[in-house]
Amino acid sequence: MAEDERIIQLRRTCQDVRRDVVRMIHAGGSGHPGGSLSVVEILTALYFEVMKVNPEDPGWGGRDRLILSKGHASSALYSVLARRGYFPIEDLLSFNAPGSRLQKHIDMLRVPGVEVSSGSLGQGLSVGIGMALADRLDGKDRRVYVVLSDGECQAGQTWEAAMAAAHFGLGKLIAFVDRNRLQTDGTIGEIMGISPLEDKWRAFGWRVQSVDGHDLRQILDAIHVAGADGSRPQVVIAATVKGKGVSFMENSVPWHSHPIDAEQLRTAIAELDESASEFEPV
Amino acid sequence: MSAVLFPIVEKPFGRALANLGERFPELVVVDADLQRATDTAEFRSRFPSRYWNVGVAEANMVGIATGLALSGKTAFCGTFACFASQRVCDQAVLAAYCRASVVICGVEPGLTSGGNGATHQGMLDLAIMRAIPNMRVFEAGDATETASLVEFVLEHPGPTYLRVPRAKAPVILDPAAYRFESGRAVRLAEGRDVTIIAAGIMLPRALQAAETLHAEGVGARVVNMSSIKPIDEAEILAAARDTGCLVTAENHNILGGLGSAVAEVVSAHAPVPLVRVGVRDAFGEVGPIEWLADKFSMSPTDIVDAARRAIALKVGIGERA
Repeated sequence: MAEDERIIQLRRTCQDVRRDVVRMIHAGGSGHPGGSLSVVEILTALYFEVMKVNPEDPGWGGRDRLILSKGHASSALYSVLARRGYFPIEDLLSFNAPGSRLQKHIDMLRVPGVEVSSGSLGQGLSVGIGMALADRLDGKDRRVYVVLSDGECQAGQTWEAAMAAAHFGLGKLIAFVDRNRLQTDGTIGEIMGISPLEDKWRAFGWRVQSVDGHDLRQILDAIHVAGADGSRPQVVIAATVKGKGVSFMENSVPWHSHPIDAEQLRTAIAELDESASEFEPV
Repeated sequence: MSAVLFPIVEKPFGRALANLGERFPELVVVDADLQRATDTAEFRSRFPSRYWNVGVAEANMVGIATGLALSGKTAFCGTFACFASQRVCDQAVLAAYCRASVVICGVEPGLTSGGNGATHQGMLDLAIMRAIPNMRVFEAGDATETASLVEFVLEHPGPTYLRVPRAKAPVILDPAAYRFESGRAVRLAEGRDVTIIAAGIMLPRALQAAETLHAEGVGARVVNMSSIKPIDEAEILAAARDTGCLVTAENHNILGGLGSAVAEVVSAHAPVPLVRVGVRDAFGEVGPIEWLADKFSMSPTDIVDAARRAIALKVGIGERA
């Protein structure tokens, strides 16, 4: 398949995922639209183009592993996993229903394809280090991906882990920071600034790449470069738009965590349908 | 009061890790700059590729152990009991939620790290860990049990909090015969008037107290309750039924530890008088363990007094009935 065609297919999948996200959060009555919509391209690129996985056998020993440390972006991950074949797409609308396995924060014991439960922020990178150390000990040639929020870069444990990953020389550990610049209480800059973020990771011993987190080609190129290094841990800082794809959610602090009513859903789907139609042949 | 003396062995925890490393290739160890307290040097020198030290970063230590455990390892990680609970509570919750085979080892628990003063005395670790679903909580009563606990956890991996001694520990249980089992308490002395339920360093003190009581004509059963969660409900209820009153002896705050766990069982099924010996909701102080045990009313004499009080309460209840 021509490379352009692959990218177009991935973009289509991203728009499907975005429509799933708003439908799920509408159905569930609450959720985290902003940070779910910002991370769509990162997750889609990884699961549909990069990672060695087997949805038929989620525990397959040779698989690459992904930790969604920002566990509140669950709706995006559930959609990607369902569309990748881990469980039926119809299940998505049970999001956050009483007793649903598709909880607002992810549970590895209940959802096939989820590697690590998360929700309490700042812990995922440490768990990823443990996985990468185990792979190295066992001589397994596979990768561990950890997707962090930029808000998590305020948590001390993230930097304990950043220090350790470089100290242990974990070249098969690749982190993404979904740099959407907003958090629950305001902008990152207002609440607790983390800039210069690239310099911080570099100072902790990581190889840093910065990309447009909605440009699939840039994401894929960065993963390719990161994978070819192998000498040290890799971080891709992905500049994203919180709420990406739905005009009234974009760059809006309240949409970090917010229910979606019927009228808002109609508007959101109409906007997402319209942008999806850009990829279709006229 | 004549002292009950037991032989002492060196580093039973560290030796158990090193001795079992061959048989259990999935055993890995993560430290946080307290290798001299966790006694893991021998394991590190024998299995260097399976050992990591993360420095002063306990949260990261438990997180890394969780990732190792989710990759098929049984990951032991440890530090002083205070730090192995208070500093890593949320990370322990994640490990337990994921059912990861992380074994968090709290060394020198309670007053035993007396030389370091109050900041280093883990008095609430049992309370924290007991309240985490999926988390087992075990406390070694002696050197034999320390080794047996390590072996048990390797044979039955799962989220676990282990309270283990640093450096030296007495040998009370027979190494040739004793095998730790989760949820099973062991009787070490028999008596009909009162039962003393003890764990950790309070076990030899309880045995000494029982000897003193025996000399006075009071029969004291002594139970080693090393499996604090799951707890041996049947043994507690048998003690309540057979002796009519209980004393708990723990090296921990009496809020939330062994005494609370026993009270939860008897209050629901067989209410009998229960007197708790332990730290009475206070921070510790610097000093040698025997001095601290006296200061905090946790000596064998205090256990004897507690037994007398429990028996008196039993009589009081009988008279009212």
